[in-house]
Amino acid sequence: MADQNPDQHPTGPKPGHNGARRTFLKQSTALTAFALTPGPVLKAAGSAWDEKVAAAIEQVPLRLDINGKKYKLSVEPRTTLLDLLREQLHLTGTKKGCDYGQCGACTVHVDGQRINSCLTLAVMQDGKKVTTIEGLAEGEKLHPIQEAFIKHDGFQCGYCTPGQIMSAVACIREGHANSEGEIREYMSGNICRCGAYPNIVAAIQEVKNGGQKV
Amino acid sequence: MKDLFFKDGVIGDPMNRVDGRLKVTGGARYSAEYELPGLVHSALVGSTIAKGRITSIDTKAAERAPGVMAVITHVNSIKVPGFAASAHPSEPSTIGQPLRVFYDEKIYFNDQPVAIVVADTLERARYAAGLVKVQYAAEQHQTSFDANTSRAVLPTSAKRNPKSPLADYDRGQTNAFQTAPVKLEAEYVIPSEMHNPMELQAIVAHWEAADKLTVYDKVQAVKGTQKAFAKDWKIPEENVKVIATFVGGAFGNGLHNWPHETAAIIAAKMVGRPVKLMLTREQMFTMVGYRPHAWQRVGIGATPDGKLVGITHEATGQTSSYEEFTESTLQQTRMMYQSPNVTTRYRILPLDVSTPIWMRGPGEATGAFALESALDELSYLLNIDPIELRLRNYTDQDPEKNLPWSTKFLKECYQMGADRIGWNKRPAKPGTLRDGDWLVGYGMGVGTFGANRRPAKARARLLANGTVLLQSATTDIGPGTGTVMVQIAADALGLPPKAIVFELGNSTFPEAPSQGGSATVASVGSAVVAACAELKKKLLELGGPGFSGAKPEDVTINSRVQMRAYNSSLPLEIGLRTNASVKVSYSDVLQRNGGQEVEVVGEGRPGNERQKYSMYSFSVHFAEVKVHTMTGEVRVTKMVSCADAGTIVNHKTAGNQMIGGAVGGIGMALTEAAVIDHRFGRYVTKDFAEYHVPVQADAPAIEVAFVDKPDLLVDPMGTKGIGEIAIIGVAPAIANAVFNATGKRIRELPITPDKLI
Repeated sequence: MADQNPDQHPTGPKPGHNGARRTFLKQSTALTAFALTPGPVLKAAGSAWDEKVAAAIEQVPLRLDINGKKYKLSVEPRTTLLDLLREQLHLTGTKKGCDYGQCGACTVHVDGQRINSCLTLAVMQDGKKVTTIEGLAEGEKLHPIQEAFIKHDGFQCGYCTPGQIMSAVACIREGHANSEGEIREYMSGNICRCGAYPNIVAAIQEVKNGGQKV
Repeated sequence: MKDLFFKDGVIGDPMNRVDGRLKVTGGARYSAEYELPGLVHSALVGSTIAKGRITSIDTKAAERAPGVMAVITHVNSIKVPGFAASAHPSEPSTIGQPLRVFYDEKIYFNDQPVAIVVADTLERARYAAGLVKVQYAAEQHQTSFDANTSRAVLPTSAKRNPKSPLADYDRGQTNAFQTAPVKLEAEYVIPSEMHNPMELQAIVAHWEAADKLTVYDKVQAVKGTQKAFAKDWKIPEENVKVIATFVGGAFGNGLHNWPHETAAIIAAKMVGRPVKLMLTREQMFTMVGYRPHAWQRVGIGATPDGKLVGITHEATGQTSSYEEFTESTLQQTRMMYQSPNVTTRYRILPLDVSTPIWMRGPGEATGAFALESALDELSYLLNIDPIELRLRNYTDQDPEKNLPWSTKFLKECYQMGADRIGWNKRPAKPGTLRDGDWLVGYGMGVGTFGANRRPAKARARLLANGTVLLQSATTDIGPGTGTVMVQIAADALGLPPKAIVFELGNSTFPEAPSQGGSATVASVGSAVVAACAELKKKLLELGGPGFSGAKPEDVTINSRVQMRAYNSSLPLEIGLRTNASVKVSYSDVLQRNGGQEVEVVGEGRPGNERQKYSMYSFSVHFAEVKVHTMTGEVRVTKMVSCADAGTIVNHKTAGNQMIGGAVGGIGMALTEAAVIDHRFGRYVTKDFAEYHVPVQADAPAIEVAFVDKPDLLVDPMGTKGIGEIAIIGVAPAIANAVFNATGKRIRELPITPDKLI
């Protein structure tokens, strides 16, 4: 599980990190030995061993800067950035809507680029700077896009909203918010089943045309 | 506007949502987002056959996988005490019952949950779920609607009760349309459509004691869910707590309790830890309902001057083999037009599929596609403008119930919509208006839905800081329930909205109905009005001598002047609107109330006016479409939706709801279809890559216009529902516009390019 202490610096390898890798190497050697033994023996021993080996090596170290906080984590390689945020760091503002990169609810910024956090493994973002919806406002002061979404009612149920907002900020920063048509095109990766699309466009246009810094 | 409310109140204001800040900051917590000590994760295994039985389940590998705490199947599941013990779930009740998860080895649909794996992390649960090996004895399944139409039956409720709206209906002569000088008969088909709210169905189930269950669950009815689970587990209702503070869309699929919920509850009981379960998008297609595939035939006939002679409307909707799902597909046909002869026939077709559930504009949206398309077809045969044809058959009273309408401002809707869409640009002859490579067309469709209202309660408590806390066990799946309740209470109490807090989504709050059937504002709003009146009454009683003989409605909480500059640090005073010199401090009132904050519960319930009047909301939708001459691509370029929905409490949220219905209707008309591969009885559309919901680029400018006239027979605020009429009539408006553009009549949704080229 994740080490949730931000700003905590490592003091050395901990069991479960590099220590686990060393154990794995030893066990791999043992498995190689099994491979040379007759089939039935391998099957009997292997089925028990496989899982134990897998469990031992499944944590790898990961450093992330999330919303300005530094995290030193250990995660399974198969953990997506989305699941890391939601299930381990409890940053549940980032939403899961499909897990296939088709709906955009999980949109976050990685080093300033919008990405679907369900389509990236957390370990692939080692050392990167992640911004989620929780990191967009400056304290109590909402980001202009957040203000505009409230004013123009750019949502109903609110579930796709964090992804819409993260995408909207990026859409303006990328220079893809120059017309209604362009906004619609570049916001089409974020599905809103409640159908608040025209209000989302209005919110983005207001911020873009207002020349506010995003 | 009404006696109950202050004239300078906030009803009608386009106020920002009270929960907007939480929603834009990621602070709104949905079902899967509750952290509980010891919480563990789970994943479901679904069947890979559509019908038959499980012969064996090998869970050994899954059980051995790292972090796995339990693999639960029908073999080792604890028995849910409230599950009926009959062989087939539909016995003895012929209305059927929800699937009894892990009850026995029987399989009723493909991807039926057959196991739940519980593990310490989500990844481990999901991985181990893939290790469960299930063997089946498959039986021949029937999932094809077309291949089984002869098996359609009259719903049991209609057999039992000939007066049921689902029963065969004959007004005047049966099939009289056949005798009309101008007539047509046509068949219309819609595929199954999936609600697909953005939030995946999720539940956190927590047994706080052996007989005490708390669930954080994505549902539209916290009280209904509480009752269902109390019955399942044979524990007192008050021992079940259901929390649904935020619901990430539902559109109807939270109106039923589904097998995955009970699977998580079983798992939580068996592992003795809180269990979280979130469905995958694929499972959203198989486990939580859908708008059923439906076949319809409409026969419609008129005199040459456009007076309807008769309408015959038949419909068959799909259901599962274990529950009789029904919806009011034919309602609009019976009441919308002044036809002396109307015949309706409704049937259901049980297949080896999961049970459908009402999806936005349930039934009516399906029925309106056929009825409003048929009227459009008739208008061309008669060479009468479609709006004019409808006006010639306008009804000033409900022809089905023979009752006056409580209110009906449908003519106003026609006018507002025609003006805004530019109806005069519509070519009388189809296929004649061009814009480069695009053919342009205009169409319209009418929608209606009962202005429902159900009994509801709300609690009101005046806090010492001057805030009024209101609570009711309703939910908010997106329309902005909390926001409009604050507005209603603000007006009823003469307080600014920021002095009101409205809490919902908790089954411990006073009883409220499910958020369904466009009835929330009428039901819960009435309860809020009642609670506010009770609060004033109680304050009057506790006010002391100066208040004797005064009327409760004249009681004020602080003065209007003070409240306009509302400041919770000001001393709170109770006064009288009619006499500024009468005042009492709230601390004195508290003393008289035994030191307790004043708290009341108000109840609102519909009265016998419902027997005297017919109550409906109405909508008219207009679409402008462009159809590409080479590719058959259809673009909706403009929509106008007009509604007679009584008083509009909040033009911002109500307008948004209408826009959302129009977008949903664009999906229904042009893109959405759930497709089963009948060889396997399994959906091949299982995510957003194959099942196309409208995206931003599909949504045109959508203009909304409300008549905004109160219907005080429906409820004290004068509201009528919006949620359903926002989509009912949209799909035919688009289909009719496509015909106007191309001369091609598409009677099977969705209108994909292959049908046009």
